Amino acid sequence: MLTKRIIPCLDIKDGRTVKGVNFENIRDAGDPVELGALYAQQGADELVFLDITATNEKRKTLRELVNRIAHHINIPFTVGGGISSVEDVSLLLQNGADKISVNTSAFKRPELISELAKEFGSQCVVLAIDTKQEEDGQWYVYLNGGRVKTDRLCMNWAREGVDRGAGEILLTSMNNDGTKKGFALDITKELAGSLSVPVIASGGGGTKEHFVDVLGAGKADAALAASIFHFKEIGIPELKEYLQEHNITVRL
Amino acid sequence: MGLAIVKYNAGNIQSVLYALERIGRQAVVTDDPAVLRSADKVIFPGVGEASTAMEYLRARGLDELIVGLKQPVLGICLGMQLMCSYSEENDTSCLGIFETSVRKFDGRGAEVGVGAGLKVPQIGWNNVFDLRSKLFDGVPENSYCYFVHGYYAALSEDTIGKTKYGLTYSSALHKGNFYGVQFHPEKSAQVGERILQNFIDGV
Repeated sequence: MLTKRIIPCLDIKDGRTVKGVNFENIRDAGDPVELGALYAQQGADELVFLDITATNEKRKTLRELVNRIAHHINIPFTVGGGISSVEDVSLLLQNGADKISVNTSAFKRPELISELAKEFGSQCVVLAIDTKQEEDGQWYVYLNGGRVKTDRLCMNWAREGVDRGAGEILLTSMNNDGTKKGFALDITKELAGSLSVPVIASGGGGTKEHFVDVLGAGKADAALAASIFHFKEIGIPELKEYLQEHNITVRL
Repeated sequence: MGLAIVKYNAGNIQSVLYALERIGRQAVVTDDPAVLRSADKVIFPGVGEASTAMEYLRARGLDELIVGLKQPVLGICLGMQLMCSYSEENDTSCLGIFETSVRKFDGRGAEVGVGAGLKVPQIGWNNVFDLRSKLFDGVPENSYCYFVHGYYAALSEDTIGKTKYGLTYSSALHKGNFYGVQFHPEKSAQVGERILQNFIDGV
């Protein structure tokens, strides 16, 4: 049976792992390759590397890092952060990335998703969406790491992304991210229950129960988290055993 | 003269090369017929679309070359599908090594109670079972491997491993010197590394 996936996310700046709490205040949590290999060994199902470097050397350092990751890690990994062209993606895939994720650049130019799907296949195109529930109760798309609000509804944008060829949706709830109070079950369930592609839930996972909730009631295909793994608050083996005890199919 | 990986217009060739390096093996990536014919073992990887890949192979005579190889050959993912007789993906006639066809996951033939609401492509870790080949020496029944695919090879006499996704299909095939796996051993952690080792040392 196809399992639910547990995905540690490593935020990268200048080749080092960082984690933003509510997308700000970053702390250093080590070497991405070492940390990634450790997670793979512990039973992580995939890894996501999100590059938040904003310098001119970004492309080169990221390409070198991706190449090093690909040499050392024996599970699939996704690379995201500032990817805005077919050429960017080609370079990352050539260096061994399995998938790439696009966010702001795809929202600003949705044709990018279609171009990437056509050139490389939907299986390697992940559409990342940062979303926030406003006072009107609706979930809106945010851009630029959550700093810029748009008027587009999350569900509407996700549907367009899938129609254009995105193979997975990485959904981050800004209301929940960094709170450790649980994932946003409602919007996750809405997307996962109606889209034809897998949905990766992100933001808010703080306890093992939260993962049971989002992979069970929330219908997510995968759950992503960062600091709880980096700071050893929850170990991947114990999390997966807990999920199995609660009738969530996982790879052990 | 060692391991050769077939070079063509399909993704994941680098990943296979790196996976071999991790288990201490070197390989050459080549479309040179002489090098491919003289290799001890050949790996035919692939992520992509069937008709485009077949066109590319035919234009370079690689289709006949692969069919004519005498040493052990391992097809991975699209590579395995291209080794079947036919693929529904853009109505593509394939290499005809394995006597089975490749169909789309679209609910046809789904087993009762498991066919509804399946997401396509299948992305993630799934079990392989009914394993019967040296390729799986030391690999326990129901081990998890990593899959990414929207089309599957139907069960046939050549099936040496099965997986269930809505229905039961061939996740591994074998005929003569040809082997194929639908999953990605190069991304399937220790289980995948064992299968690659078995192909190199055991078959």
